[in-house]
Amino acid sequence: MPLFEEGLVRLKEKIHKKEIKASDLVDEAFRRINEVDDQVKAFLTLNEDEARKDARSIDENEAAGDTLIYGMPIGIKDNIVTKGLRTTCASHILENYDPLYDATVIKKIKEQKGIMIGKLNMDEFAMGSSTENSGFAITKNPWDLNRVPGGSSGGAAAAVAAGEVLFSLGSDTGGSIRQPSAFCGVVGMKPTYGRVSRYGLVAFASSLDQVGPITRTVEDNAYLLETISGLDRHDSTSADVGVPRYSDALTGEIKGLRVAVPREYLGEGVDEAVKDKIKEAIRQLETLGAEIDEVSLPHSKYAVPAYYIIASSEASANLARFDGVRYGVRAESDDLIEMYKKSRSEGFGNEVKRRIMLGTFALSSGYYDAYYKKAQQVRTLIKRDFEQVLENHDVIVGPTTPTTAFKIGEKVDDPLTMYANDLLTIPVNLAGVPAISLPCGLADGMPVGLQIIGKPFGEETLYRAAYAYEQASHFHLTPLMKEVDEK
Amino acid sequence: MSRINEEQVKYVAHLARLSFTDEEIKTFTTQLDDIIGFAEQLNELDTEGVEPTTHVLDMYNVMRDDVVEPSLPREEALKNAPVQEDGQVKVPQIMEA
Repeated sequence: MPLFEEGLVRLKEKIHKKEIKASDLVDEAFRRINEVDDQVKAFLTLNEDEARKDARSIDENEAAGDTLIYGMPIGIKDNIVTKGLRTTCASHILENYDPLYDATVIKKIKEQKGIMIGKLNMDEFAMGSSTENSGFAITKNPWDLNRVPGGSSGGAAAAVAAGEVLFSLGSDTGGSIRQPSAFCGVVGMKPTYGRVSRYGLVAFASSLDQVGPITRTVEDNAYLLETISGLDRHDSTSADVGVPRYSDALTGEIKGLRVAVPREYLGEGVDEAVKDKIKEAIRQLETLGAEIDEVSLPHSKYAVPAYYIIASSEASANLARFDGVRYGVRAESDDLIEMYKKSRSEGFGNEVKRRIMLGTFALSSGYYDAYYKKAQQVRTLIKRDFEQVLENHDVIVGPTTPTTAFKIGEKVDDPLTMYANDLLTIPVNLAGVPAISLPCGLADGMPVGLQIIGKPFGEETLYRAAYAYEQASHFHLTPLMKEVDEK
Repeated sequence: MSRINEEQVKYVAHLARLSFTDEEIKTFTTQLDDIIGFAEQLNELDTEGVEPTTHVLDMYNVMRDDVVEPSLPREEALKNAPVQEDGQVKVPQIMEA
């Protein structure tokens, strides 16, 4: 069995029993990267020398003791800053950016002795749903190299699915962890807004962004979320809420769990084959003792338009800092304004420009009330929908995405069709609640993701439900990617 | 009826510090018009009296003691600046000569 399929708990045990060394895990990561990454193209930058050094220092210093992710190889989405390791956001404007500090999540990974393998491809500045908007490379879905891995954390999901790392960190503004996790058949968690520090996550839409784990199993996910969670004095939006031992929630027991199924999530726009898999999964939860209840989230269809106004408005402000002065690529001109315009126009790709333009328009004088304020009022209605359902239910269950992974090039020229792909993930970000996506079988040979949504800071309940389902269904035991191995 | 015209797109581009070719202005005008049209379905909802949500958490000011801490050394702070001179970031002339 490939090493990474054994999972974190078993691998840590093997290290402690001296059956393997941390260096063996790092060797396995780079062996696999050399074997498949010229096809998958998950990585933008490798951290090979440092990773080997970190592994040796763990192997030589046994007194270091037990930590949450002791010696485990991890990949990092390239919008999380890493001191001394190039961080590009998959944008030409940052192609030479060498961060001066580690993001708080990176500091925590290092404290818990995780080993950073490299930086992962994404849609430029996390704007996209397919990783086709990367300024550098198109990542492929390891299940079918003609299909997208999803996005924007496409590299982070593909690297885990292809066995290049044990797990990875992504970020989720409108589905960017859950949608690629669903497309690549892995487990992705978007934590409650404020659960994880955003310090050092390059800001896209500050009221929506969260960092979260992408893993092969629910158990690994629980350990990685525990590693990165908690209050941070560098992020005033990080919440002062204690971090539970998430692995304690993995009991396999969900008798009496009150599960809400919103009819809007199994309605128009969702593929029949996806619906079938989700209904099977819901029956499985019922067999395990959950109580299933059909509900309505009536404002769901307004989430996508509200999101594109809000997220683009925040992005237009956040991306103003990329002006060719303090960092990034600079185009020369004798005139200051022209220098800004040239630097930004040469540095940003089309989707980023489109969103900056939309956001600037929505915030501009005369349009603010009609678009931005209206979208924020609709956000309140969407948030209330969730509050009402979660008052009488423990979790909400539905598909993560309306379809399985689509073909590369299929939607790239049509922004609205691409945006519609996020209709089941976006409401969660607007409401600020947590949600996990985990595999629930295949439709036409491609993975389908089951989404479980919870109450604010209710990640334990999500892990409990997800683990019980995973153990009963065994979809996480799907072998490493055949297509990649056969080529 | 189009909701946004090429002149408006050029104006917004200037506000956003972006420049486009005529061809790009045409494409962006069409695409932005489509997206804004799509967003206008929000008008189906009556939001009279609904408080806007700017943030999902209850936000409060986070204060700390005003203690002097070391700041970035100049060399570090300038490390990523594309154009610099004598330990300073260099930009084109800002004031009229």
